[in-house]
Amino acid sequence: MSRLREGGWLFWISLLLGLVLTVVAIPEAWRPYRPFWLGLLVIWWTLEAPERIGLGTAFALGLSQDVLIGTLLGEHAFRLVAIAFILLRFRARLRFFPMWQQALAVLAILLNDRVLTLAIRSIAGDIAIDWQFWMAPIIGALLWPWMFLMLDDLRRRNRPREV
Amino acid sequence: MRNSENPSLFSEQSSGTLRLIGYLAIAAALMAVDHRSDALAGIQRRIAGLAAPAYWLAMAPVRMGRGARDAVAERAGLVRENAELRQQLLLAQAGLSQIDSMGEENNRLRALLEARNRLSLHAQLAGLLEVDLDPYRHRLLIDQGSDQGVRGGQAVMDAHGLIGQVLEPLANRAEVIMITDPGHAIPVRVARNGLRAIAYGTGEVDRLELPHIPFSADIVVGDQLLTSGLGGHFPGGIPVAEIRDVRGDDSATFAIAEATPLAGLTRGNQVLLLSFLQVPEAPAEPESATIIDAAPASKDPTAPVSSEAGQ
Repeated sequence: MSRLREGGWLFWISLLLGLVLTVVAIPEAWRPYRPFWLGLLVIWWTLEAPERIGLGTAFALGLSQDVLIGTLLGEHAFRLVAIAFILLRFRARLRFFPMWQQALAVLAILLNDRVLTLAIRSIAGDIAIDWQFWMAPIIGALLWPWMFLMLDDLRRRNRPREV
Repeated sequence: MRNSENPSLFSEQSSGTLRLIGYLAIAAALMAVDHRSDALAGIQRRIAGLAAPAYWLAMAPVRMGRGARDAVAERAGLVRENAELRQQLLLAQAGLSQIDSMGEENNRLRALLEARNRLSLHAQLAGLLEVDLDPYRHRLLIDQGSDQGVRGGQAVMDAHGLIGQVLEPLANRAEVIMITDPGHAIPVRVARNGLRAIAYGTGEVDRLELPHIPFSADIVVGDQLLTSGLGGHFPGGIPVAEIRDVRGDDSATFAIAEATPLAGLTRGNQVLLLSFLQVPEAPAEPESATIIDAAPASKDPTAPVSSEAGQ
């Protein structure tokens, strides 16, 4: 049971913050560059605490983002489950990568997610994309080291209190 | 924690693929059902109520920014703004009284024509929720929903022109699809000569496309596009866009025109929701202070539109 409590509040707060950051208003010109926050968070939590997050949690999170921003119900669920699965497969290797390699791996995963998005939306109907469509993964990968260090630090501070 | 890592890793690998396929199948089925039917819309509408706190949190920076601006704004600036607003109000009132007289004239003409199917235009004010939906789908969220009488298909506009239409009203919110959404099309006419065309959204906030225009058609850069009122979704005569380019399309058999939407699509604070109300034989009583009774427009394309009737 202590296993479940570990990083408990941080888990929920980070996901809630991720959802809020997904819809928070930013200037029009920056909108396409908004990283896939929930994707980054699912990557981090799968990497660091796979017992907390699995395919099921990723699915539920995706559904909540679908409801929140009104996309086709299941689209983000599909994408997050795919991300979580890739992470679970390569977790053992990714964990011990140096930071820059990890960031590159995150970039690859997010680009793959973009391809998935494009496929889903082309099947579902019209989508007009431009070069900016491919920028969000790059921003996500650039943010990754900072997010990693911040969450890692918060988690470490949190741990002694709970043990 | 390290010890629990190995077994969990192996169990993930053995059962992972099956579970992956299971979840992906559920997600794909959900998307298919959601895309093909409205069965899930009701459920989604109910769950969406839970998203309100997330929206509220997301809007906090905007509220704080505005509060800070108001607190810091200089008195002189406020006085100047006040004076400007007063002037605009006067101008708007002058315009309104003109519209009133035109509306009366229009009503008289209509009475002469014994037009039975009279429709009156009502407008309802709605605030924009400052949250971003998906950048590749041009949608807005407004703070009025089915509880406030918003219905799907209502036209949404700002002071300059048409923004879009209500897609799906939730209880206290409604999603609006903008005219620039790649999945949106709207029947328009050229203000100058009544030429009809269809304006398609392109996915860019500052561009609409009007394909399949005959080369012989009289359409030039600078022409204003109004809603034609055909199809009955939108009231006729609302400004939509201005033509900025006309060229041959790839097949070289038709011309394709590009237009710039007139509405401030990127960000405003408030929008107007328009609705048709069937007016009974006796004139309807004004229902509340927020309802503006503008010049009646008609679904019938052969009936005179107010601006033309006034000339």
